[in-house]
Amino acid sequence: MRRVAAPLALVLALTIAACGSGNDANSDSTGTAAAGKPVTIRLLTHDSFAVSDRVLKAFTNDTGITVKVVKAGDAGAMLNQAILTKGKPLGDVLFGVDNTLLSKALDAGLFETYEPKALADVASEYRIDPTHHATPVDHGEVCVNFDKKAFADAGNPPPQTLDDLVDPRLKGTLVVESPATSSPGLAFLLATIAKYGDGPDGWEAYWQKLKANGVKVADGWETAYNGDFSGGSGKGDRPLVVSYASSPPAEVYYADPQPADAPTGVSEGTCFRQVELAGILRGTRHEAAARRFVDFLVSKPFQEDIPLQMFVFPVVNGTALPDVFTKFAATPADPFDLAPATIGKSRERWIQRWTELVG
Amino acid sequence: MGSTGDRRRRAALVAAAGLVPAAFLAVFFVLPVGTIVGMGFHPGALVDVAGSARLRGIAWFTLWQAVVSTVLTFVVALPAAAIVARYEFPGRRLLRAAVTIPFVLPSVVVASAFEALGLSHGLVAILAAHVFFESAIVVRIVGGFWSNLDPRQEEAARLLGAGRLRAFLEVTLPRLAPALLSAAALVFLFTFSSFGIVLILGAPHYATLEVEIYRQTAQLLDLRVAAALTIVQMAAVLALLLVQRALSDRVSGEQRLRAGTDVARRPRTVRERAGVATVAGATALVLGGPLAVLVVRSFSPGGGVGLGYYRALSTSRRGSILFVPPWEAVANSLGFAVVATVVALAVGVPAAAVIARRRGGATRLFDSLLMLPLGTSAVTIGFGFLVALDERPLDLRGSPWLIPLAHALVAAPFVVRVLVPVLRSVDERLREAAATLGASPWRAWREIDLPIAARGALVAAGFAFAVSLGEFGATVFVARPDYPTLPVAIFRFLGQPGDLNAGQAAALSTILMAVTVGAVLAIDRFRAGELGEF
Repeated sequence: MRRVAAPLALVLALTIAACGSGNDANSDSTGTAAAGKPVTIRLLTHDSFAVSDRVLKAFTNDTGITVKVVKAGDAGAMLNQAILTKGKPLGDVLFGVDNTLLSKALDAGLFETYEPKALADVASEYRIDPTHHATPVDHGEVCVNFDKKAFADAGNPPPQTLDDLVDPRLKGTLVVESPATSSPGLAFLLATIAKYGDGPDGWEAYWQKLKANGVKVADGWETAYNGDFSGGSGKGDRPLVVSYASSPPAEVYYADPQPADAPTGVSEGTCFRQVELAGILRGTRHEAAARRFVDFLVSKPFQEDIPLQMFVFPVVNGTALPDVFTKFAATPADPFDLAPATIGKSRERWIQRWTELVG
Repeated sequence: MGSTGDRRRRAALVAAAGLVPAAFLAVFFVLPVGTIVGMGFHPGALVDVAGSARLRGIAWFTLWQAVVSTVLTFVVALPAAAIVARYEFPGRRLLRAAVTIPFVLPSVVVASAFEALGLSHGLVAILAAHVFFESAIVVRIVGGFWSNLDPRQEEAARLLGAGRLRAFLEVTLPRLAPALLSAAALVFLFTFSSFGIVLILGAPHYATLEVEIYRQTAQLLDLRVAAALTIVQMAAVLALLLVQRALSDRVSGEQRLRAGTDVARRPRTVRERAGVATVAGATALVLGGPLAVLVVRSFSPGGGVGLGYYRALSTSRRGSILFVPPWEAVANSLGFAVVATVVALAVGVPAAAVIARRRGGATRLFDSLLMLPLGTSAVTIGFGFLVALDERPLDLRGSPWLIPLAHALVAAPFVVRVLVPVLRSVDERLREAAATLGASPWRAWREIDLPIAARGALVAAGFAFAVSLGEFGATVFVARPDYPTLPVAIFRFLGQPGDLNAGQAAALSTILMAVTVGAVLAIDRFRAGELGEF
């Protein structure tokens, strides 16, 4: 009994010690962020956020600002928690609201306005908030990915466009995520809306054809890609999946040994642009430090860190990309896009209608 | 016979014991859930819910799949509970500990194992996964209680000419009833509020109320519909709990319990041996099959055989702040589990003492309230924390303490359900004899109830630990600081493409399995030592 009790007691003690330091952010009341004067800010973000240890430490060394990361589920759940706690925010900066959710955040009045200088170097298609409440940080394209080997074995060319996906020869080959529970799932639905238009003769008719062609719906990306997709690390039997333009480089990067070519490819005519943004949460007591952190998000060190950390693209012009991205990532020339306000106005209705049609 | 003064003192002690769980429940359940439901509540929404064919369908599916899942779980797990309770055989301890593994595994991991076995989507997969997850409850709670039952009554019945089946049905089953009801209530509540399994394996056609509340709250922030659905879910759970209470008041009686160690024996006849081997083998196959898929996957890097995925775990490929050395994830998981277990016992033991002693309407309500967190949507509780616990000194938002406290909310009902049948079975005459001999109520409790309860408390502690290791409850949905546990680290790997990520998720899952078995074996061993004394 004692043998068991001792290590457990140790663990308990360590936990309590760890917990003891957990409220620093609350007890710290300094409002300024002059370099060297230690401030701790909290970053409220989604589960997929990542940054290099090295890059974040350099930021802390330069500015005296320590960043505590608080994770709050997927982007949708995170945003709703931020809205519920408006006025007594869970963090000082929020990162990870995307163009499909932006209008919801802006309508709720979550953010302080701030326009970092580096915004001038961001391409206009990513500067989607002219009111400067939210700053674009990265972008990624949601596209159909295909299993190269499966199509080579069958002697068929892989699909390139949304129209190709309803070809009877591709019956039973596509798995998508539900737009009701998944962010890439929603992006793909929006791609079809951007292409075919709203209403029964537009995207609804297209989805009826997809359904007739045996599309499979999974709850989220993890299940669809790992479970149903046959390419890359997928363990299923469907050669087409809704994923990202940057999934092929991840397949190469996360393989041991690394293959000479990516096992998966991207259907470039099926892509929808996703832009992720950050904002300073209204009610923060560390606004100066929060601004420094937003500056950092669009600074060179962070922008260059983005691809291999989160497998999306930097938004600042001229940021160098790692080899694995330049070689294997798709850069669709003209992805589908919808204005955040358009999405905000109809998102719930579209999801509801989709659920009735397909779900 | 004890004097009236003693009785009164005893009653006062019992009432005082109820304060701790009552306060815990008030702050961490009633307040948060009341606040968030209050924010969205609108009588019209209840009418809308009742009028929506889709939502009615979801409510009906929630109910019937829970009933079917509970029945199936008993069919699969009861034979295993019997052999674990009654027979000594090689691997018995391991089997008793290993049944907890499925219970702690993240749904998304189990779903991928089921997928590999050809059960990818749909109703059959959902029901099979529920049986896989909840069998532990039946094996450990019913098996634990069973091994405390004096087998001599059953043997006497057989000597008097009753057949094996008749002796079981007429002698053993009625005596087991309190534990059966406890286990049934827990399995029902877990499957009634099933989330991950239904979300993943049921997409897009099946949903439980829990899944729909998650969608309405976390995705759509429609608090009006969410509040109405939460009320429907809680009303259903409350009704079930009251039925369970009424039934268990009827069946529970005092009976002689013995230390389990001298009850189990080696199977004697060929028939017994074959029976034990068949049940043990079948259980191992049903519960072990999906686990084996994951273990094998973790040792097959790039399709070969080796430790590559495990080696990859300890090197940070991206130098990310999100890189978690596996030992750190293990330490975080164990740390949270220890705190959660301590809190769950501190809340559950006094609560069980109160519930076992008193039978009034107020106790019944108190009991049901304690169970309610298990049947309440985790997202409702989690979002409730955010809106209710936002003032000092209770501003736990973003605090690491939130994690074990939320786990304890789910674990405490286990402690209560395991302990109440045990405590109820204590012969009241023993307590009265102790009082007559001059023992204080506290001393009587310590000397009579405690030793018998200790066994139950350890079964309960095992569950509390497992609940926390598996990250049940509200924590997955709410803002939490970055103390990655094993399940969180597994999610992280599953969130990106690439063979190494999938492999490392399997490796971490295997480590989670090993940690679970290790922890539960340690708790079981502790139990055996403790009970050898009486």
